[in-house]
Amino acid sequence: MTHDHDHSHDHGSELSEMQLRVRALESILLEKEYVDPAALDALIETYEKKIGPRNGARVVAKAWVDPEFRRWLFEDGTAAIESIGYGGRSGNHLVALENTASIHNMVVCTLCSCYPWAVLGLPPLWYKSAPYRSRTVADPRGVLREFGIELPKDTEIRVWDSTAELRYLVIPLRPPGTESWSEEKLAELVTRDSMIGTGLAKLPQENTR
Amino acid sequence: MNGAADMGGMHGFGPIGIEANEPVFHAEWEKKAFALNMAIGVANIWNLDAFRFARESLPPSQYLNLSYYGLWVVTLENMMLDHGVATSEEIKAGHAQAPVKKSKRTIAAADVANMVRCGSPYNRPSPGPALFKIGDRVRARNIHPKTHTRLPRYVRGHAGEVTRVVGCHVFPDSNAINAGEDPRWLYTVRFDGRELWGENSDPTVRVSIEAWEPYLEPA
Amino acid sequence: MNGGQDLGGMHGHGPIEPEANEPVFHAEWEKRAFALTLAMGMPGGWNIDMSRFARENRSPADYLAMSYYQIWLAGLIDLIEERGLVGEDEIEAGHSLHTPKPVKRILSPADVAKTLHRGGPTERETNTAPAFKPGDRVRAKNINPPTHTRLPRYVRGHAGTIERVIGCHVFPDSNATGAGENPQWLYTVRFDGRELWGPDGDPASEISVDAWEPYLEPA
Repeated sequence: MTHDHDHSHDHGSELSEMQLRVRALESILLEKEYVDPAALDALIETYEKKIGPRNGARVVAKAWVDPEFRRWLFEDGTAAIESIGYGGRSGNHLVALENTASIHNMVVCTLCSCYPWAVLGLPPLWYKSAPYRSRTVADPRGVLREFGIELPKDTEIRVWDSTAELRYLVIPLRPPGTESWSEEKLAELVTRDSMIGTGLAKLPQENTR
Repeated sequence: MNGAADMGGMHGFGPIGIEANEPVFHAEWEKKAFALNMAIGVANIWNLDAFRFARESLPPSQYLNLSYYGLWVVTLENMMLDHGVATSEEIKAGHAQAPVKKSKRTIAAADVANMVRCGSPYNRPSPGPALFKIGDRVRARNIHPKTHTRLPRYVRGHAGEVTRVVGCHVFPDSNAINAGEDPRWLYTVRFDGRELWGENSDPTVRVSIEAWEPYLEPA
Repeated sequence: MNGGQDLGGMHGHGPIEPEANEPVFHAEWEKRAFALTLAMGMPGGWNIDMSRFARENRSPADYLAMSYYQIWLAGLIDLIEERGLVGEDEIEAGHSLHTPKPVKRILSPADVAKTLHRGGPTERETNTAPAFKPGDRVRAKNINPPTHTRLPRYVRGHAGTIERVIGCHVFPDSNATGAGENPQWLYTVRFDGRELWGPDGDPASEISVDAWEPYLEPA
């Protein structure tokens, strides 16, 4: 039986300490003109407001409706995704992974927190956490269960440990009952977790926008 | 290095803490920690691999007990000290002290979009032909460098199959210790779960890593 | 389990710090933690393997941030709570709040010397023959149980030589989970340093571990 651990108390005291430490670093780096304060704001705004999982959702939706794009995506993910306008930082070398009826893909970075920023934005805390990093390569089904996903026993589970500068994007299965849906509407079904492999795309009846 | 960062296959870390509607940042200081690291990266005082090496070099108890951005902050302080960007007195005081040594290269707000959009590709011209091809059986070498490596412990000594020849990429083991980019062929190698975790483990699991040529030998 | 305790081969833990004229205990509470753990073995009814598992079965972040006797104390608390001898509320309050659960016996002052002298011999009678003999080449199996094991990660998958047939001993992997002593043949197995640590390992170093028969296969 593994023990549950609540580190929130630690992070509570860390908060004020870290606030002070970051403020000190910011002051020093601004005073030495290593950084431009407006650039800091632009960086924060970029990843807080502009780049996020909806980028990836557009890629997935296009792959669902456009067979030519889909073929290109699995052949050269970087170029295909670049054609939609995404790439660059943490996305210079993109690989799309195709889920099928018999194969389910999952992405992890056991060594740090590599994640396809260009299409998914910054990773959630759990992706960067020790429980996810330690267990996904050895017990992916157990990890999926914690996300409420139970796959058929014979489904092949392919785990991709991002040890280099390649970044992976899972292309989940298109949900049934969406045959007549537009690309834009389909994108609403594509969750962040479905593109990491810890979730599936939403079913039409689950889409409550 | 066999540090706390190399946690693939470890037990005991407990359940995955899934947070509904998680915000991108959890505190103002996290935003600053993130942006400062991005911005100073442009000054090119250290490379990404050297930064990763510094982060994983923290004592394992510290590494495992810091929050994600807490790790970034502590590592940034260490890098600034190691590279003469700031003195320990300055970090303690929270201010630059005279004489202020100014940076040559900074990023302006107007350049941010471009920097994010361009990123920093890691592929390089190849120095020679690739040793392995798709379908080849290879074994991850049993190496235990004290310096940075991207070959996780859990694959060392195990045999897998080359499923992709990625190209020629900057070799982190060299780049992290400032010994040059030393580009090497990079492969995706797929291992059977039972090869990695023993015959009683889930037979439907396959695990892939990216491995540079020096990590591999024919199996 | 592949937990925080399985430290063989890890980097980054810093220098070894020998202490001149080190006392047996470094604080009064350490003495109490030590004595409480030993004294509770009798009423608690757990075995050595259960208490080892209780100590290692925690987040590596916690394990590595604790001092030696802090880990003992944490293990003791888990053991007495699991057996309903003490409630979580009582640990919190620092006082007994409930009627104690009856136990068979407790350690009396008169029994201390005798109990320590008896120790905990683990050798058992057997009518089976050992599968290996000195000089045999064996390989440590690649097993990764989430429960207690005494086969360190750093030897798994590696080949060595049987140095000694020790005898038939209580099998910790079984004993720790309450599945019985399940005695197994125990061997000392010698590994070449380079086999464990790769071509850069010290060619003059040899590392021996004690391994139970279920850990080994012919090499």
